[in-house]
Amino acid sequence: MKVTMTVNGRPMSAETEGRTLLSSFLREGLGLTGTHVGCDTTQCGACTVHVDGEPVKSCTVLAQDVAGKSVTTIEGMANKDGSLSVIQQAFQDHHGLQCGFCTPGMVMISAALLNEKPNPTEEEVRHYLKGNICRCTGYHNIVKAVMAAAGADSRKLAAE
Amino acid sequence: MPKDGGIGASTLRREDIRFLTGKGRYTADISLRGQAHACFLRSEVAHGRIRSIDTSAAEEMPGVLAVLTGEDFTEVGGNPTGWLVQSRNGATMKEPKRPVLAHGKVRHVGDAYAMVVAETYEQAKDACEAIEADIEELPAIVDMAQAVADSSNRVHDEIEDNVVFDWGWIEENRAAVDAAFETAPHVTTLELVNNRLSPNAMEPRASIGDFDSGTGDYKLYTTSQNPHLTRLLISAFVMGIPENKLTVIAPDVGGGFGSKIYHYGEEAAVLAASKRLNRPVKWVCDRSEAFLSDAHGRDHVTKIQLATDREGNFLALRTETLANMGAYLSNFATCTPTFLHGTLMAGPYRTPLVYVNVKAVLTNTVPVDAYRGAGRPEATYSLERVIDKAADELGIDPWEIRRRNFIDPGAFPYTTPVGLVYDTGNYHATMDKLRELSDVAGFEARAEESRQRGKLRGFGLSTWIEACGIAPSNLVGVLGCRVGLYDAATIRVNATGNISVLVGAHSHGQGHETVFAQLIAEKLGVDANSVEIVHGDTSKIPFGMGTYGSRSLAVCGSAMMKAADKIIDKGKKIAAHMLEAAEGDIEFTDGSFSVAGTDRQKSFAEIAFSAYVPHNYPLETLEPGLEETAFYDPANFTYPAGAYGCEVEVDPETGGVDIVRFTCADDFGNVINPMIVQGQVHGGVAQGIGQALLEGVVYNEDGQLLTGSYMDYAMPRADDVPSFTVDHSCVTPCTHNPLGAKGCGEAGAIGTPPAVVNAVVDALRRAGHDHITHIDMPLTPSRVWTAMQG
Ligand code: FES
Ligand code: FES
Repeated sequence: MKVTMTVNGRPMSAETEGRTLLSSFLREGLGLTGTHVGCDTTQCGACTVHVDGEPVKSCTVLAQDVAGKSVTTIEGMANKDGSLSVIQQAFQDHHGLQCGFCTPGMVMISAALLNEKPNPTEEEVRHYLKGNICRCTGYHNIVKAVMAAAGADSRKLAAE
Repeated sequence: MPKDGGIGASTLRREDIRFLTGKGRYTADISLRGQAHACFLRSEVAHGRIRSIDTSAAEEMPGVLAVLTGEDFTEVGGNPTGWLVQSRNGATMKEPKRPVLAHGKVRHVGDAYAMVVAETYEQAKDACEAIEADIEELPAIVDMAQAVADSSNRVHDEIEDNVVFDWGWIEENRAAVDAAFETAPHVTTLELVNNRLSPNAMEPRASIGDFDSGTGDYKLYTTSQNPHLTRLLISAFVMGIPENKLTVIAPDVGGGFGSKIYHYGEEAAVLAASKRLNRPVKWVCDRSEAFLSDAHGRDHVTKIQLATDREGNFLALRTETLANMGAYLSNFATCTPTFLHGTLMAGPYRTPLVYVNVKAVLTNTVPVDAYRGAGRPEATYSLERVIDKAADELGIDPWEIRRRNFIDPGAFPYTTPVGLVYDTGNYHATMDKLRELSDVAGFEARAEESRQRGKLRGFGLSTWIEACGIAPSNLVGVLGCRVGLYDAATIRVNATGNISVLVGAHSHGQGHETVFAQLIAEKLGVDANSVEIVHGDTSKIPFGMGTYGSRSLAVCGSAMMKAADKIIDKGKKIAAHMLEAAEGDIEFTDGSFSVAGTDRQKSFAEIAFSAYVPHNYPLETLEPGLEETAFYDPANFTYPAGAYGCEVEVDPETGGVDIVRFTCADDFGNVINPMIVQGQVHGGVAQGIGQALLEGVVYNEDGQLLTGSYMDYAMPRADDVPSFTVDHSCVTPCTHNPLGAKGCGEAGAIGTPPAVVNAVVDALRRAGHDHITHIDMPLTPSRVWTAMQG
């Protein structure tokens, strides 16, 4: 069956089976491989995208259930001129990524947090990100990046 | 003023741009035209004899292109172990066969015994379920002590006691060590388990085989930390494909931590299937399969004894360890508990007599191999735990007992009784730094504040040392290593003056594209933006050994420095000709070649251009071109070291442990990019906290994996760890490599677990639980609570 949705502001469609997950629809159907798959039990958050502005683990929903909705993926996060958005730039500035595999999910979940709560505390950031696993960074610099993107003085986190 | 480029600058990472915009290119992101998809059928029993496999129904399923079993690989070789260890009695270890797909027997849950290739992955997966295998289940061998005791039940029929080797280090010292124990005034004994872990790089493994029938060339895209090693293993041992007909490409790699060093059967299987079908064949591991097939780490059961005098001076140390190998020997499985573990048992201390015994045991579990730290976390954990216990028994402060036994800063180079020569270090300095940073003076007040909230506060210390960049090749060869342990780099200066650097190391998160460019920019005096790092493709890069064991900077970085020296030398010759001066008068500074004492000079770009457009060039004596390769084989290991302090709060009601402060003071030698070094430490510490508090692979007695997903295997999450304080201002540069660099990748995973466990034991003992001297990792709430109940 053909499924159509708005992805990063553009209508897109692809042939799918009924059992096709949104994550595979994006990766295989549309070739948007920025959305990553790190587990098969909806536990790691690498696949996080926004559906109608809400963070969703794209491996937990069927593509057909998202038909007609608006999806934002990591490929749609940069500014219009191609430069990094504030949250992306904060991840680079604070070394919030190493291998980059969890990164798309981390950026998407962090953006959702800052939409919901523009000035989170460190504890709130850690709590909000707990559905996203990073094996590389020990979270320290991810938390720092999110705080910095929120305008917080990241030097207040542990000294270096 | 911090530098804004070159060595010592926290240059932001260039690779981040693609990772942050979804343009990273990992193996699973690659789709080749006409590719078919593979799925592997894995054993559901831990141990069984394969009577028959009927693939006929599967072959008829929609979309199915081929079904392969172990029978299809009987003509090819097997996956070898990279290190042949000798037993105490001088016998060479036993090496069981490891076929591409299980043949004759299945030996662990997850052991792949058939592969289906179909038009889509779903079709391949569905067809796997249609394969009818008749497997006679045999009793599972899970417990190591039982494996050794019962020789009637064998993982490999030809290895009668399930023991691969019984290793003594150093065997000649055994009698003297035992004698010292006979007369020692005090002996502290501790039995402990170093828990089995699953590395869990967030990118699952993936491989695409692509055979070109026109040329007979094979290409393998795969998740590898060391593409050349993978190619060598496939060519020389497994498939017999000539090395020059096989290209291995590891594109962006999403973490490895050791698990992607090794060659796995799936890589050979997709190559074979691609040849048979004349189409690319792609396989992407899912996480459940990863738990069942990626090499695990650690899994030691150890008895350690420390002999001291009454003042806490170490007199002798001995250990007995059973090291779990799992069902097959993964490529570096035998080296990890021996030459990466036994050789570290002196730690940063002067202990004059040390003896280490390790038995490597086969069981019906996933193969175990090097995981971040590899043997060194196991050594450090045993040592730092027994030292704390000894300090407690002798009534000596944990800081003081360590200080009393540290190797004196003036004693380097220092030869240990376990075969290493530490070139340099200052363990007092890092421990003093830690003491300063962890506000020891304020501890009592913090503990009181915790008490008022009903929490028990404790402090744990560990002082660690690591041997990185394992080498030199001729020595490891004598010890049984089957490969060399050098690395290589080619610097290609292009005609327009920009530079491509082709390296054997392969980043899987370490930021090599940025850091290596910093190095070359500083050394050649050029803009870092004109330097491009090329890695991960055997058709482009020289034969290097890849990235693991905290070796990339110390070993590959040194190869880059050597190659750069050759570039400069040749540049001087060209400049001498162009400037009509003697070669000896040419100086190279800040990217330009000048005649000493004059203002006559040629820029780096002018020299490069002249090398490729050699119109005014000494062609009679010098070849055109400006490209140099260097191989660097280190003279010794490097020895980073440090001191870690952990402060915990234990909830006496639940046994829950909260890490409230974590402080690291490390000596990594010279640091190229502090930001990246700190990130490496953060990641290692989090993995160490994972091991200490959360993670543990659990099998039941039937050999079923009980921790096969993120529901059961507890990964550290953002709210399980604190922000860390890390310092690397104590520097004793490595004396034998041109960078003075030591390596930082594994430090956190090595120093952290004992600091955490020491802290928890300290918290409980301070609260009056005197009977508690040890709790095995992971220190889950239930284990801590149970211990508190006596
Ligand atoms: S891939 Fe979706 S949560 Fe792991
Ligand atoms: S950066 Fe590698 S998993 Fe997060």
